[in-house]
Amino acid sequence: MNYNVDESGYYGQFGGAYIPEMLYPNIEELRENYLSIMAEPSFQAEFNDLLKNYVGRPTPLYFAKRLSERYYATIYLKREDLCHTGAHKINNTIGQILMAKKLGKEKIIAETGAGQHGVATATVCALMGMECIVYMGKLDMERQRPNVERMRILGTKVVPALSGNMTLKDATNEAMRHWINHPTDTHYIIGSVVGPHPYPDMVARFQSVISEEIKKQLQNEIGNPYPDYVVACVGGGSNAAGAFYHFLSDEHVNLIGVEAAGKGVDSGESAATTALGKAGVLHGSKTLLMQTADGQVIEPYSISAGLDYPGIGPMHAHLFETGRVQFINVTDDEAMNAGIELSRTEGIIPAIESAHAMAALKVMELTKDDVVVINLSGRGDKDLESYIRWGKY
Amino acid sequence: MENRITKLFARKKKNILSVFYTAGFPTLQDTVSIGIHLEAAGVDMIEIGIPFSDPIADGPTIQESNKIALNQGMNVELLLNQVAELRAKLKMPIVLMGYLNPVMQYGVEKFCTKASAAGVDGLILPDLPIDEYVKHYKELMESLNLSISFLISPTTPDARIKKIDALSSGFIYAVSSSSTTGAKKEFSKEQQDYFRKLQSFKLTHPFLIGFGISNHKTYSQACEYGAGAIVGSSFITCLKESKNQQEDIHQFVQSLIS
Repeated sequence: MNYNVDESGYYGQFGGAYIPEMLYPNIEELRENYLSIMAEPSFQAEFNDLLKNYVGRPTPLYFAKRLSERYYATIYLKREDLCHTGAHKINNTIGQILMAKKLGKEKIIAETGAGQHGVATATVCALMGMECIVYMGKLDMERQRPNVERMRILGTKVVPALSGNMTLKDATNEAMRHWINHPTDTHYIIGSVVGPHPYPDMVARFQSVISEEIKKQLQNEIGNPYPDYVVACVGGGSNAAGAFYHFLSDEHVNLIGVEAAGKGVDSGESAATTALGKAGVLHGSKTLLMQTADGQVIEPYSISAGLDYPGIGPMHAHLFETGRVQFINVTDDEAMNAGIELSRTEGIIPAIESAHAMAALKVMELTKDDVVVINLSGRGDKDLESYIRWGKY
Repeated sequence: MENRITKLFARKKKNILSVFYTAGFPTLQDTVSIGIHLEAAGVDMIEIGIPFSDPIADGPTIQESNKIALNQGMNVELLLNQVAELRAKLKMPIVLMGYLNPVMQYGVEKFCTKASAAGVDGLILPDLPIDEYVKHYKELMESLNLSISFLISPTTPDARIKKIDALSSGFIYAVSSSSTTGAKKEFSKEQQDYFRKLQSFKLTHPFLIGFGISNHKTYSQACEYGAGAIVGSSFITCLKESKNQQEDIHQFVQSLIS
């Protein structure tokens, strides 16, 4: 079974490039060049150097002893939370800003929901001395004030998206509109494995360093690169894409994607796309999408601002449809409890996104010999306010 | 039966005015009456927008009209019924314009069949890739006598313009600038160079210039180079502010053409 993108930009029935003609030249330029640029030795050298010396890679694969005892299994945490800026997002923004430079672009735009991708983009733009505009839903700007200020400190202009419900989906719309209006000098750094081909594949490749490292580190730790399980949370799905990437063809490795059920899958306030979505087209690709019977996109909900996206990357839609990845979902409360549990057993306060992945442990039927790798995609500093508001600790 | 769009362009080579409006805006039932007023005011063709929650190629004016229409309950089924009603009272071509997802959920084949039966002459689906069209929908639309218009923009490569010309039927939608929809005061020299280039290509299909047309000056500039012009955002603004639609639509059209 092939789980990677095919020549026309599809993963099974999902993917493609459903874009207005005004964006065609930009997307085509990227499609024609991304693989050869990524293969250039000078690109590789700079990318790897920055990942090592700037981001702080490789991130540790940490054996969580107390957690392992509690769940009667061998549990490792892939510490993406220790990346510079506090999450895996920067793996992709480093890759894409180098790509933008190679393509001769002068300006950068990005969308952000919780602000993590915005901060990661603002960071690399400061590093490279490039002008940066980040679109962020007005509502998200109010909810994630510290990240707005972080971006501003880094010299980025944060523009509120005032359309729709003023959250991530609308910020993405606004960024695409900006790109339509500035097609030649600007590169759009999409933050997840979503958008028109080749974005999902390009972002997955930049994030694939996560599973590449897991394999090497596990080999050193247990003398075998294959865990029994790899677990990651899925909003758009970039950290999951990175954590799964090099295990996709190793079918004996169980891959688990954890979506946000919000207040419950059937509560009407959820972001569990595989449970609630149907095939549709949004933001340039065909994928599973939460939508009304009339094909209008539904605004998702999760306590985690990084998971409340109404779709998932087309690669994940395909992995769901083929059964290669098992998708489960956990509620706000389950995730928050898992976040507190990790804080108290291992001294690590996870991002609420990553807390969703941790909550999978409760429903997995593990045996003592099982080796589980959970991708701890981000740290909880940014979520302190949400933890406090939730309050049950 | 000959397609009304093909007939129109065979009869009238210049100064064609096509007006876009969002279905179900300003109120749900306005779809029919606006079309009638437009024909009476001397418009050659109408494009009715199918509202979508995430219209990425549109600027704030049309986007807001989409949101209002959706909140009032507009959907594809209702729109097709309104179009059938409109067709009975209207001679000019009717084009439906919309994003792919609502059409896809309705069922592309069902949509095309019903649209054709309702008296729709052409479709514009800005986020339908041309390769997808060829692979899945070309045969269907041709069999239903529905024309399809693709967009081109100043950044569209020459070879692709010719490919789009070969695949289009009816007319080509030439976007005036690298932009989302929205009214502008006049066209720049670069834009006019691009129009001239299109003119020099001697394309098989006539082209209409859209995006940024809001007054007599931009309308006549567009007509100078293309077969005519498409007006959208400024008409939506007119509808939004209108107290007497019949009179205001008449005045709006007059202000463009004379």
